[in-house]
Amino acid sequence: MPEMAGLDEGTPLFTQIADRLAAEIADGGLAEGERVPSTNELAAFYRINPATAAKGINLLADDGLLEKRRGIGMFVAGGARQRLLGQRREQFTERYLRPLLTEATRLGIDAGELIELISDFARQQAGDTTASPARGGVPV
Amino acid sequence: MTPAISVAGLTRHYRDQVALDHVSLELEAGSITGLLGRNGAGKTTLLRILAGQEFPSTGDVRVLGAPPAENDQVLRRMVFVREDQAYPDFKVGHALRAASWFYPNWDRELAGTLAEDFNLRPKKSIKKLSRGLRSALGITIGLAARAEVTLFDEPYAGLDAVARQIFYDRLLADYAEFPRTILLSTHLIDEAAALFESVVVIDQGRVVLEAAADGLRGVATTVSGPVLAVDEFTTGRAVWNRRRLGSQASVVMVGPLVEADRAEAQSLGLDLVPLTLQQLVVHAAGWPGAAGPGASAPANPEGVRA
Repeated sequence: MPEMAGLDEGTPLFTQIADRLAAEIADGGLAEGERVPSTNELAAFYRINPATAAKGINLLADDGLLEKRRGIGMFVAGGARQRLLGQRREQFTERYLRPLLTEATRLGIDAGELIELISDFARQQAGDTTASPARGGVPV
Repeated sequence: MTPAISVAGLTRHYRDQVALDHVSLELEAGSITGLLGRNGAGKTTLLRILAGQEFPSTGDVRVLGAPPAENDQVLRRMVFVREDQAYPDFKVGHALRAASWFYPNWDRELAGTLAEDFNLRPKKSIKKLSRGLRSALGITIGLAARAEVTLFDEPYAGLDAVARQIFYDRLLADYAEFPRTILLSTHLIDEAAALFESVVVIDQGRVVLEAAADGLRGVATTVSGPVLAVDEFTTGRAVWNRRRLGSQASVVMVGPLVEADRAEAQSLGLDLVPLTLQQLVVHAAGWPGAAGPGASAPANPEGVRA
């Protein structure tokens, strides 16, 4: 198998490139107004055909998330982050709630019990982070 | 725009054996194409004809707008690196120098870098090189020639994984800077898949698939799980291959999946794994266990120019 910096084999690479750039913008790793990597930089990093990388970039540009500045390259458009976060919120139900409910139903966990589980877990998580601020430290 | 390579109705037979059977093909200038297929499918014959080293029995072949055979104008703008390339009895440095005289776009610096990457010593006699190093020499010449049309026929016999990765990386880097038309035949499909803009699959001398490489990803999916659930999910869909073990079934299903399909599969407890390009080619090129695209017309996956 080639090493494509984490891209997978089974879905079109250009959509994966677009997804990754979008995720980076949504997480703030690529700030609005910042230059995004060029086609050739992406091609070299992911070890893919430059035309494939260009297609990924164009997908975001067509969507208005990136804007071209002549002769310099592609930049993250204003408002891109908010738009992407909005899209993710819209997808939250389908992507996370549906599978969660499906599995819960399979195990006989009803909605009430599920809500309880979620709040317990959230409390526990919050407790964990306050109790052990050195996350990522040496495991005992 | 004139295509860099254009082949129409190309047939080549050796006595009563048909090596190429009415092959028609057009490759745009400035693209990397993978030439894929089983041993004996006709890949080498096609490349040799494109390189002007063999004549077609019938049909029309144009490279950079003209027939390549005995055409110096075309041959100098084209490089052909074949599997187990034979060289006259001289040293590595001589071979590189001879190539530098022949190819007008030769890049000495790139040749030097590649020779260093591959640990090819100029003073070494080619006869004494290992198989892998001889392949490395072919690759070095093929890339440093920077020819408008670059043909590689399984160029890496005996090359280890590290050296192959060097080849892929250098090819991409140089291609990004100096776009050209590259046609590469290989059996290591998954390894090279991401390099290709398009792929051509040949089987028994015929083109069975010609498509944008990226468009083929996710075009077919292996669906596996309990027999009843698999049947329910795949009813009314094109299927290439069905296997069953006890209460479990595994089916290769053709056609892209939408979000609703995934949700349905999940609620049925099915696993979905997309086919890789290599697995797809196995299905396209004559694996007896699979109905090929010719038989069941899978699909016109997006991007397929049938």
